[in-house]
Amino acid sequence: MKTAYRPYTLIAELTHRCPLRCPYCSNPMDSVCSDTELDTETWFRVFDEADALGVVQVNLTGGEPLLREDLDRLVERAAERELYTNLITSGIPLTFERLRRLKICGLNSVQVSMQGAREAAADSMAGGSFFSRKLEVMRWVKSLGLPLTMNAVLHRDNLDEIEDVIRLGERVGADRLELANVQYLGWALHNRTALLPTREQIDRARTVATEAKRRLRGTMDVCFVLADYYADRPKACMDGWGRRYLVVNPVGLALPCHLAHTLPGLSFDNVRHRSLADIWDQSSGFNRFRGEDWLPDPCRSCPNRTEDFGGCRCQAYHVTGNPAAADPACALAPDHWTIEAARTRAAHVAAAPVLFEYRSMRRAARD
Amino acid sequence: MPDSIIRPWLSSKARLRLDRRTGRHLLLYPEAGLDLNDTGFDILRRCTGGQTTDEIIRELSRTHAGTPPDEIARDVRAFIMTLADRGLIQEAR
Repeated sequence: MKTAYRPYTLIAELTHRCPLRCPYCSNPMDSVCSDTELDTETWFRVFDEADALGVVQVNLTGGEPLLREDLDRLVERAAERELYTNLITSGIPLTFERLRRLKICGLNSVQVSMQGAREAAADSMAGGSFFSRKLEVMRWVKSLGLPLTMNAVLHRDNLDEIEDVIRLGERVGADRLELANVQYLGWALHNRTALLPTREQIDRARTVATEAKRRLRGTMDVCFVLADYYADRPKACMDGWGRRYLVVNPVGLALPCHLAHTLPGLSFDNVRHRSLADIWDQSSGFNRFRGEDWLPDPCRSCPNRTEDFGGCRCQAYHVTGNPAAADPACALAPDHWTIEAARTRAAHVAAAPVLFEYRSMRRAARD
Repeated sequence: MPDSIIRPWLSSKARLRLDRRTGRHLLLYPEAGLDLNDTGFDILRRCTGGQTTDEIIRELSRTHAGTPPDEIARDVRAFIMTLADRGLIQEAR
């Protein structure tokens, strides 16, 4: 049976390898740096099949997509299919010449992640000396006439420097600034106590961001990504399960979101064995949380269900243990107390030093 | 941010393309897109810096003879400013 939904965006996670070690990474904690990544030809087929399914945008991401040596060929193929290509990158490792070549291959836009506006603290977060190189990369993006998104991930330790982050975005001429509050999944959930800001921090940052959005309208699109731990309602995760987004991860699993395979009881297919159209329409994993039939109480009668689609399934599972539970970020959810407890804890540890564990790669086999 | 755009130019970050599934056109830009109706496409394909907003309004008034010209003028200006707010249309240089 064909589903009524159409994927518009393919999130192509080309690799989980990354030179950075950010402790808020939302990638699965058991990511492996194995040699089981999809090869070039399979990605070509994925792009072709995505185009046939109606996809018009592709986010080339990871991990760090620049670590794929075939990146320029992948961009070229996506461009041949008229897909709008976004490179989502840390900017490491890149040269001006390689970026120029990616543009010639058809790259449409570049998003560079920043760990903050202050060099020492940002480098400490990223786990290496990258800050000044990232600034240079953003200048290259602009000098090549490519649209630039600067993405700054915000947490307890850098939220108070949001004015500096905005100024940095203006200085590098970003067309778009994502002020992205950490989403507490993957490594970030593991490090939540060290990362979660207080309500006062979030409220102040939101006010500053709103003012900047107004002031910079038409020049820099300022986007303050919802801090769902401090919102009354959950985020519309992925615009709803299996509705508009399709993720293909480094080993070829096709998923509604990049963590969907961490949910128990769901089964997902690999693009090596099944066509993307088949998977999108028929795989049980994609259909599990589509539509409204699966909604728990109180979501099933909630007027917001057409806006938030029941929130985030991964958050529900990783916080409550039940992937079909109401997203605990919602103030109406039975398990909302877990989020409140985390917030209370954040208020108590606000003055304590931040201790976190760096993201690292787990090897598939012991070596 | 000005109140109006004299000579609209579609920003280099935005790309117009045909949606083969629907036959309509899409305006694609970083991480998002707009599904355009025929009028939206008619306006945007003229935003090349070659025509002024007033000229675009005059042309559309001819091709949409059933709609009152002041309604067309209002809609075209509002559409252009909505996209300018998102940085998708700029004043031609």
